[in-house]
Amino acid sequence: MKRTFAVAIGGAAGQGVATPGVIYARIFARRGLHLYAYNAYQSIIRGGHTFLTIRTGPDRVTNQGDRIDLMIPLNQDTMDRHLGLLGEGAAVIYNSDSIQPGTPPPGVRLCPLPVSQLQHNARAKQEQNTLAVAASLSMLGVAFQPLEEMLIQQFKKKGDAVVKDNTESARTAYQYATDHFEPFPNPLPMTDNKYAVLTGNMALAMGGAAAGVKFYCAYPMSPSTGVLHWMASHARQAGIMVRQVEDEIGVINMAIGAAQSGCRAMCATSGGGFALMTEGLGMAGMIETPVVVIDVQRAGPSTGVPTKTEQGDLWQMLGAGHGDYPRAIATPTDIVDCFKIIPEMFNLVDKFQCPGIVLGDLLLSEGHASADPSELDFNPPIDRGELITSANGNGANGYKRYLFTESGISPRAIPGVKGHAHTVATDEHMEDGVLISDEFTNPIKRRQMMEKRQRKIAGIEAAVPPPELVGPRDAEVTLIGWGSTQGVIQEAIELLGDEGITANQLQIRWMVPLHGDAIVEQLRGARHTIIVENNHSGQFARYLRSETSFVADGHIRKYDGEPFMPHHIVEAVKDQLAGKTKLSVPMHEIMV
Amino acid sequence: MATTEVALKTVTLQEFKGKVDPDWCPGCGDFGVLAALQKALVELQIQPYNVVTISGIGCSSNLPGYVSTYGMHTLHGRALAVATGVKMANHDLTVVVTGGDGDGFGIGGNHFIHTMRRNVDLLYLAMDNQIYGLTTGQVSPTSRLGMKTKSTPFGSVEGPINPISLALAAGATFIARGFSGDQKHLTDLIKQGIEHKGFSFIDVFSPCVTYNHDNTYPWFKQRVKKLEDDKTYDPSNWLMACERSQIWGEEIPIGKFFERTDLLSLDQAEPVLDSGGPLALRELGIPAEITREFVTELM
Ligand SMILES: Cc1ncc(C[n+]2csc(CCOP(=O)(O)OP(=O)(O)O)c2C)c(N)n1
Ligand code: SF4
Ligand SMILES: [Mg+2]
Repeated sequence: MKRTFAVAIGGAAGQGVATPGVIYARIFARRGLHLYAYNAYQSIIRGGHTFLTIRTGPDRVTNQGDRIDLMIPLNQDTMDRHLGLLGEGAAVIYNSDSIQPGTPPPGVRLCPLPVSQLQHNARAKQEQNTLAVAASLSMLGVAFQPLEEMLIQQFKKKGDAVVKDNTESARTAYQYATDHFEPFPNPLPMTDNKYAVLTGNMALAMGGAAAGVKFYCAYPMSPSTGVLHWMASHARQAGIMVRQVEDEIGVINMAIGAAQSGCRAMCATSGGGFALMTEGLGMAGMIETPVVVIDVQRAGPSTGVPTKTEQGDLWQMLGAGHGDYPRAIATPTDIVDCFKIIPEMFNLVDKFQCPGIVLGDLLLSEGHASADPSELDFNPPIDRGELITSANGNGANGYKRYLFTESGISPRAIPGVKGHAHTVATDEHMEDGVLISDEFTNPIKRRQMMEKRQRKIAGIEAAVPPPELVGPRDAEVTLIGWGSTQGVIQEAIELLGDEGITANQLQIRWMVPLHGDAIVEQLRGARHTIIVENNHSGQFARYLRSETSFVADGHIRKYDGEPFMPHHIVEAVKDQLAGKTKLSVPMHEIMV
Repeated sequence: MATTEVALKTVTLQEFKGKVDPDWCPGCGDFGVLAALQKALVELQIQPYNVVTISGIGCSSNLPGYVSTYGMHTLHGRALAVATGVKMANHDLTVVVTGGDGDGFGIGGNHFIHTMRRNVDLLYLAMDNQIYGLTTGQVSPTSRLGMKTKSTPFGSVEGPINPISLALAAGATFIARGFSGDQKHLTDLIKQGIEHKGFSFIDVFSPCVTYNHDNTYPWFKQRVKKLEDDKTYDPSNWLMACERSQIWGEEIPIGKFFERTDLLSLDQAEPVLDSGGPLALRELGIPAEITREFVTELM
């Protein structure tokens, strides 16, 4: 990931940070460049401070990186906050009519744009951000035409005059930059590939569509709402029913009802909403109905920091619902994986008739990444398990919904199938569904039924591959992460390599089943192990210890709401290898 | 011929008998509700495997175990949410929800309101005994002001809600009140409720003989008066229904308070169900030309 270029655009919410973001993303992806974008924002619609970083390059880009090559501050505040953090070789394009630059660090170029002089139609005031984008493209050696096409597309509905104002102003700004600003030393490369750009939320929703989800319901909650939005806007084309429910309790129960009827049903929320779902999750475990719940973590506890990222819900997922029942928990490792994990999870829960949790976070769900269209496979393998959807050939009499089997899996008949009518119950029940919880309570039957359900755990474990250690076995340091930190740890390892420190990586994608024995086996002989996670208490470190007795040599944790940057990990690893500390909590430099 | 054989075979009461007998206290009002429901299903000749009976938790919520339809004995208060999912996934099914006053108006109150607003096509039988039966006799959302229960030993200082008025306000399209002690009348209401296309709510007085010594069979018998016997009553008149719903005392009206048939039920209003049959029975895949569009719009 060595050859990358990062643009950052900052301003108040409502100032139009998003539009140039979309323009850059499109231009990069259409040039066959990969990209990753992260928007540090606040939970307000107007005002505040928003800082969008888009990083691009010919190889896959997995995180925002450490360096900004070009900054476009849309207001004074952004200039004041970020100018001092730029490194040598960076450039700043800004509206010199309204923004004072201050003193740049050595080697940082100031590129003032006299916006009012460049505007084609001064009365109509074309957006300063469009002009800045135009100027930057000239400096990057990108032709004007792709921007022109995008502006025509964007303003076409507003009529020819508006299109003309915007394209002409942009052209003037482009020319102004060509005449006045040094171009960047390396022009933006180009490849023959064509990429799609999507958020993790879109990927989760599209993964659901690919898995054959026919029922999706939710109650809006950041940062999971994007799943609802994609589902709602594509529902009719995809033949998916989408419902906004009165609360998350209703959400999980409605999803379970639809699943019980035979649909693949999915819902998404964040920690607070998930808390309301836990009793329902237990129901899915008890009545053995497959359902997939997405939890998109945000910084907690409680309402917490709705627009900031964290990996703080792990124990909530592990402990959700009272009593023992089988469940699966997956933590997708990047935005494309958000797509892929959903069909995998559905096959698993359909087979084992239990709830499945996909544990993402804001970093994935609201981050943007490029993907090769072939990675978004809408024809994944589908396995619905032992599902009885018609009476054909099924011995009608004596059907037992909870038949004791060696695997613990009992064939599941959906309502409407003749000869298979039965009642499922959240009370403990017998093979035929009849309750044993009240006056008939029978310890032998209770034990048999508990063991039947729990037998499925072994099957789930066998159905999911264990995680694998990536990199040289004899590396000086082993970095252990889970979910969304995959890319940033990978890049930190590359950077450590540049400094002569060898490192390998164990990234966890499936939390349940964990494959504790396989993990311990892989870590045997590791020279120095460090667990990297985006929370305060080391939730994964504690989980791994509880499952395997494994104790890592050190920890890198971050819980300020912002994601890790590669250098945070690099510096912490060096500190720990030098014996300075066993727990590093990197400071996030860009205060947003 | 096979077809005539099928046509001749009628659904009998025996087919609706559950796997086990109810374990309700002898004399519990819930027996009457179960019997009326079974009778109504037989009279309507609905196949047991095309019915899903869904409940929450409570004495009354044990009902699905006593009737041989498909059933779901879910969580306390959640039956209506589950039932909405069941119905949306397969709108060919007849969905019946049962449960107590605590289940439906207390812990499940939010779902109650929103299921009415959405006009989900199902029958909701609230078995209202003005008490928490299963938990051995605490005050409920329909317990009268001053009622002494285990949790209000000195008399409740909170007034009850009025389920009929609430349903009228929330937009339910079929609203009735029944009495477990009047089988024929209740059976008839249940039949109407199942046949009504949209959300049908029947608040059924179903006395708890063990824990409620205020609202007993004789107490109700003396008071209930059928709306159907009043020739001036017009159940299509919402304002009239509101007025009657306020009557509570020496006389308590039962019968059909309100019905309107001009609103679409949720499955009718939902374009995804316009064609293609029940969602649960559809193929999982999406045509390639559509998924290609999903990707193209990202490029
Ligand atoms: C979440 C939850 N809270 C409390 C209970 C305990 N509980 C079971 S039934 C019930 C009340 C039953 O009253 P009602 O719904 O009126 O039914 P009835 O027994 O009177 O028919 C309660 C509080 C529970 N099962 N679940
Ligand atoms: S406690 Fe009351 S409601 Fe429950 S079964 Fe007995 S009589 Fe019926
Ligand atoms: Mg009750």
